[in-house]
Amino acid sequence: MIWQDYLQIFIFLAALIALTKPLGLLIYRIIEHKSGSGIFNKIENGIYRIIGVKSDTTMDWKTYLYSLLIFNALGFGFVFLIQLLQAYLPFNPQHLPNVEPILAFNTAVSFMTNTNWQSYAGETTLSYFVQMIGLTVQNFVSAATGIAVFLAISRGIRNRMNKDLGNFWVDLTRTTIFILLPLSIIVALVLISQGVVQNLNGYTELNTLEGAKQIIPTGPAASQIAIKQLGTNGGGFFNTNSAFPFENPTPFSNFLQMLALILIPSALTYTYGKIVGSTKQGWLLFSVMLTLFVVGLTVSLYSEYSMNHSIGIAGNMEGKETRFGITNSVIWSTATTDASNGSVNAMHESLMPLSGMVAVLNIMLGEIVFGGVGSGLYGMLIFVLLTVFIAGLMIGRTPEYLGKKIQAKEVQMAILAVIAPSFVILVFTALAVMIPQGLSSMQEPGAHGFMEILYAFTSAAGNNGSAFAGLNANTPFYNMMLGIGMLIGRFAIIIPVMIIAGSLSVKNITPVSAGTFSTDNALFGFLLTAIILIVGALTFLPALSLGPIVEHLLN
Amino acid sequence: MKQETKTFDKKLLAVAIKDSFIKLNPRLEIKNPVMFIVFIGAIITTLITFTSFTAFNIQISIWLWFTVLFANFSEAVAEGRGKAQAEALKKMRTNTYARLLSTPPLSKGAGGIPEKQVLSSELKVDDLVVCETGDLIPSDGEVVEGIASVDESAITGESAPVIRESGGDRSAVTGGTKVISDRIIIKITSEQGNTFLDKMIALVEGAKRHKTPNEIALTILLSGMSIIFLLAVVTLKPFELFALSASGNPKSTLTVPVLISLLVCLIPTTIGGLLSAIGISGIDRLTKRNVIAKSGKAVEAAGDVDVLLLDKTGTITLGNRMATEFIPVKGVEEIRLAEIAQLSSLSDETPEGRSIVILAKEKYNMRGRHFDENSIQFVPFTAQTKMSGVDITDKGKKLEIRKGAAEAIKQYILQKGGAYPPEITQIVENIAREGSTPLVVTENNMVLGVIRLKDIVKGGIKERFEQLRRMGIKTVMITGDNPLTAVAIAAEAGVDDFIAEATPEMKLARIRQEQADGKLVAMIGDGTNDAPALAQADVGVAMNTGTQAAREAGNMVDLDSNPTKLIDVVEIGKQLLMTRGSLTTFSIANDVAKYFAILPAIFVTVYAMNGTGVLSKLNIMGLQSPESAILSAVIFNALIIIALIPLALKGVKYQAKSASSVLKRNIFIYGFGGLIVPFIGIKLIDLIITTLHLI
Repeated sequence: MIWQDYLQIFIFLAALIALTKPLGLLIYRIIEHKSGSGIFNKIENGIYRIIGVKSDTTMDWKTYLYSLLIFNALGFGFVFLIQLLQAYLPFNPQHLPNVEPILAFNTAVSFMTNTNWQSYAGETTLSYFVQMIGLTVQNFVSAATGIAVFLAISRGIRNRMNKDLGNFWVDLTRTTIFILLPLSIIVALVLISQGVVQNLNGYTELNTLEGAKQIIPTGPAASQIAIKQLGTNGGGFFNTNSAFPFENPTPFSNFLQMLALILIPSALTYTYGKIVGSTKQGWLLFSVMLTLFVVGLTVSLYSEYSMNHSIGIAGNMEGKETRFGITNSVIWSTATTDASNGSVNAMHESLMPLSGMVAVLNIMLGEIVFGGVGSGLYGMLIFVLLTVFIAGLMIGRTPEYLGKKIQAKEVQMAILAVIAPSFVILVFTALAVMIPQGLSSMQEPGAHGFMEILYAFTSAAGNNGSAFAGLNANTPFYNMMLGIGMLIGRFAIIIPVMIIAGSLSVKNITPVSAGTFSTDNALFGFLLTAIILIVGALTFLPALSLGPIVEHLLN
Repeated sequence: MKQETKTFDKKLLAVAIKDSFIKLNPRLEIKNPVMFIVFIGAIITTLITFTSFTAFNIQISIWLWFTVLFANFSEAVAEGRGKAQAEALKKMRTNTYARLLSTPPLSKGAGGIPEKQVLSSELKVDDLVVCETGDLIPSDGEVVEGIASVDESAITGESAPVIRESGGDRSAVTGGTKVISDRIIIKITSEQGNTFLDKMIALVEGAKRHKTPNEIALTILLSGMSIIFLLAVVTLKPFELFALSASGNPKSTLTVPVLISLLVCLIPTTIGGLLSAIGISGIDRLTKRNVIAKSGKAVEAAGDVDVLLLDKTGTITLGNRMATEFIPVKGVEEIRLAEIAQLSSLSDETPEGRSIVILAKEKYNMRGRHFDENSIQFVPFTAQTKMSGVDITDKGKKLEIRKGAAEAIKQYILQKGGAYPPEITQIVENIAREGSTPLVVTENNMVLGVIRLKDIVKGGIKERFEQLRRMGIKTVMITGDNPLTAVAIAAEAGVDDFIAEATPEMKLARIRQEQADGKLVAMIGDGTNDAPALAQADVGVAMNTGTQAAREAGNMVDLDSNPTKLIDVVEIGKQLLMTRGSLTTFSIANDVAKYFAILPAIFVTVYAMNGTGVLSKLNIMGLQSPESAILSAVIFNALIIIALIPLALKGVKYQAKSASSVLKRNIFIYGFGGLIVPFIGIKLIDLIITTLHLI
C-alpha cells in the first residue's frame, strides 16, 4: 500500500463520520416533523388524499405490521406480474420476452426485500418498463420499509406505556419523497456529470476495430444507480454492476457510490439517538459499527496485499478493475457486505480467502455493521437486546435497555431473529451440497465451490444481494430456494422486531440511577462487539472452516 | 431454622446423589431444554456404543451421562439443603391436642366455658381454642382475648419469648409455637394444610417452585442458542461429506457420537445445568437469614428494587427516644432540673423515663432515693393529660412534679396560676427543629426547664444507606413525626427522602407514584394498616410479629421481625441475578476454546496434505489425537458443572458498588476467565487421559 491508499481510506471514513450527524438530524426532522402549511405539507397531504390515508391516525404494532405486510405483498405481486407480461408492456425497445415464472418470483422477492439478488442479467432479461416501474420503485419503497420498521422500534423504545408506533403510510411517504427521492436526484445528477448513462434508447451496435460486432447497452441507468446505492439495494442496472464503466466511470463516481451505499445506515444511528432522546446511544451504535467495519477492512486489505503463494505475486488484482485498484475495491467489498447493499465494483469470487471470508462473515453477522437502510439498525438493536440481557444480569438487576425491562417475550423474539437467517444459511447450504441440482451450478470445485453456495445463501438470508459470482444461480432450484431464503431473511426479522416494538412500547421506563446498566459507554460497546462476534463466529465457524479457512491454510 | 447447613453435608450428599438418578425421568428432564438435549444425546450415544463398541464411544457415553447427572446433582443438592430445613419444620407439625371452646367466651377469664379436647388437625377456621402456660399453639390464629408470652424459637430460632395480645399489631400466633406464660384465646384463621408452617415447609422444600420471569427468559435464550448450535452441528455432516469428496478422501471421522459431543460442548450446558440450582439456593440464602420468600419472583424483584420505604422506628432509629440533655430556664441550676426530672421519673417505667434517670446518674451521679411509700404518689401518663409525674408529701409540704409535652404543661401551669416563661417556648422550638422531643419539667407552679429526648439513629445505618445510594437505590423514611422532626432525623440518618406524619394511605400513594415512575418499591411492615401497601409494593416484607393480614399481604415474611433485613433481601436478590449472568457469560465464553479443541479434531482428514488435514493447524493447544481432543472437551464440559456447584449455591461475591464497577469485575472474572480456563482445563485433561492411555 502506498500513501495514496491510506489517504483514500482516510477520506472515505472522514466523509462518512462528518456526514452522519447532519444527515441523521435532517432525517429526524423530516420524520418527526409536525403538520404545517408549507409547500411540502401540501405535497404530502395531496398524496395522502390520493391514496386515501388518514395521516393523523396512529397505529399499534399490529396495525403497523399489517399495513407493512400488505404493502409489501402488493409490491411483490406487481413486480411479479409485470415481468410475466413485459413483452406486452411499453418501454421494451429490445423486445425482450416475458420472464419465466420462477425467475420472476426470485426477482420480485429480491427487490421487495431490499436484497436485489440478481439471478437475471439486467440488460438481457428485463425491459426498461420493468426496471423503472418495477425495480426502481421497489428500490425506493423497500428501503423506506426498512426505515419504517426502524422508526417503529425506536418509537417503541421511546414510548412510555403507549401503543402508538406512528403511521406506516406517513413514514413510508415521508421517507420516500423527502429523504430518498431528493438524495437520489442529487446523486444521479452528479453521476450523470461523471458520465453514467441515462436515456431510453435501444442498445447501440458497433463494429469494433477488429471488425467484431459489439452491442453497447444503455438505458436509464443513473437514476437507478443512485437509489441502488442510497437504499442499500445493490441491484445494478447492468449485469456487472458498478464494475461496468457506464455504471461507474470515474474515481469520483466510485467514491460517491461507495459513500452513498453506507451513508443512510450510518446517519440513522444519529436519527436513532435523537428519537430515543440520547444521541450518545446513537453514537455508541455508530462506534460499534465503525469498529467492526474497520476491523473487516483491515483484515481484507492485509489479505489482498499479502503474497498469493499459488502464483507467487503479492497484491491480488484478479477480478478487479484496474481503474479502481486494490484499495478501492476492498473498501467497496467491505462496505457493500457490511451495509447489506450487494453492489460490487470487483468480483468477490476472486477475493483472497481471508477477504472473501470477511465479506461473507460481514453478511453472516446479520447485516448489522451499518447494514441495510433501517434494517441494519433494527438488526443491531436485536444484538443490543441480547447483550443487555446476557451482560445486564451481571450487575444484579433484571436486564433493561433505556429503562425498558427486557423479558421473556423480547428475548424470544430477538433469538428468533438470530435463528432465522442462520437457518437459511446453514440448512439451505447443506441441502444444496447434498443434491445434484445444488452441486451442478458450482463453477469451482472443492472449498471454493462450497464458498460459492454458502455465499449465495448468506447473501439471500442477509438480504445483501451480492454474489460470489461463479455460481450459476439462475436455475429453478436456486431461484426458488434463494427466493424463500430472502423472504425468511427479511420477514422473519421484521415480524419479531415489530413484536418487540409493540412489547417495549407499552412498558414503563425505569429511571436511570447508579444501579442502571449503562448502554452508552465504551464497556458496553466492547460487550456488544464481543457478543456480535461470538454469536456470529460460533454459529458459522464450522462452515467457514471448510471454506475460506481451508483455502487460506492451503495457500 | 438458624442452624447452619454446610454446603456439602455427608447425609445430604447421599440423598442428592440418589436424587440425581431419580431426576433422570424424561418428564423431569424436558423442563430444562438444554440438559434435555444432552440427555437425548447420551441415550443415542449409548445405543450406538452397543453396535460400535469402542473405547472412545464408551467413554463419551459415560461422560455424557455424567454431564446430565452432574446437572441433576446440582439441583438435588440445592433442594436438599431446603429439605433439611423442611424436615426440622415438619417435626413441629406433629399432631397436638387443642382445647376447643364450644361457645364464645363472654368475658375475660371465662374459665367456666366447656372445652373439649380435639386433634389439632380437626380444627376449622373460626374455631376458638384456649392455650395456657406450657400449651403448644395448635394452629395459626389471632389472639382474641388475653395476653401471653410465646416462645417462637421453633420457627424463628430466636430464644427470647415474644408478647402476643388481642387487638393491635401483635395478635397473630403461629401453629407450633409454645405459650410460656398466661392464657390466651385464639381464633383459628388458617385451614389445616394451609397454615403458615405448611406453606413454609412447601416453600423451603421447593415443591411449589415455579420458574421466575427472568429464569424463563434466560431459558428461552439458552434454548435459542441450543437451536443455533443444533443447526450448526447437523449441517456439518453434509458439509463434511462434500469436503471429503472434494478432497478425494472418502473416510469420514464425523460419527454420530462425535457430532453429539460437539453439540453438547457448544450448547450452554454450564449455565443450563446450574440454572435451577442458582434459583433454589437464592431462596435458600434468604431462608438462612430467616426470611421466607413466598415466591422466587419476589427474590428476583428484590434485585431490581429502586426505592426502599423504611419505617423510622426500629429501622433507622433505635426503638426508643433517650434523654440527652437538661436545659434549665434562667435562674435555675441544671443540677436542680436534673434532680427534679429524676424524681419525676423514678416510678416511670417507660424507656423515656428510665433514660432520664440514667442521664441524671451519668451527669451528676445521682442515685435513686427512697421515699416512704405513703409519701409519694405516681401520676401516670394518660392520653388526656399528656404528662406524668409524682406528688410527694415531705414533712407536710406537698410537692407536685410534672413533665410533659409543652402545650399540655402550658395549660397546666396557667391553670395553676403560674407563669409560662417565653424563654421556654424558644427552647422547645429549638429542640423540635433539631429533630428531638422536648419534655417540659415543672415543680408546683414553676417551670424549671426542658429535657431533650432524642431519637438515636442506629450506628452504621448511615453507611448502609450510602452503600445503597451507590447501588442506585433510594431510601425513603416513613415516620409519624412532624415534618420538623422528620427532616432533622432524615438528615442525620442520610436517607434520600422522608414522609412525615405518615398515614397508611400516604404510604400506599407513595408506592403507587414511584411505580408509575417506573420504579420498583420494597417495603417492610407489620400492622393491619400496612397490608394494602405491602400488597402494592413489588417486594413486601411482613414482620413475623405482625398481624395475619400483613403476613398474607407481603410476599416475604421476616421471622426475626428485623426491619433492617430489607437491605439484606435486596442484596440477596442482586446476588442471585449476578450469579445467573456471570455463569451465562462464563458458559458462552467457554465455547471458544471448545471449538479450538474439537474443530481441528473432526476435520483431521479433510483436505489432507501429507496425511493430515490442513485444519490441524488450528490445533493450537497441541492436543494428542482427535479422539483425546474430543473426549477432553466433553470431560471438561461435564466437570466444570461440578466445579461450579459451590459457586452456584453460594452466589458470586457480592459488593455494594455501582453498576459499572460490578460489571467490570464480573466481566473480567467470568468473561475473560471463561475464555482462558477451558484452554488450560482441556489441555490438562488431554495430558491425563493420554498418559493413562484411556484412548
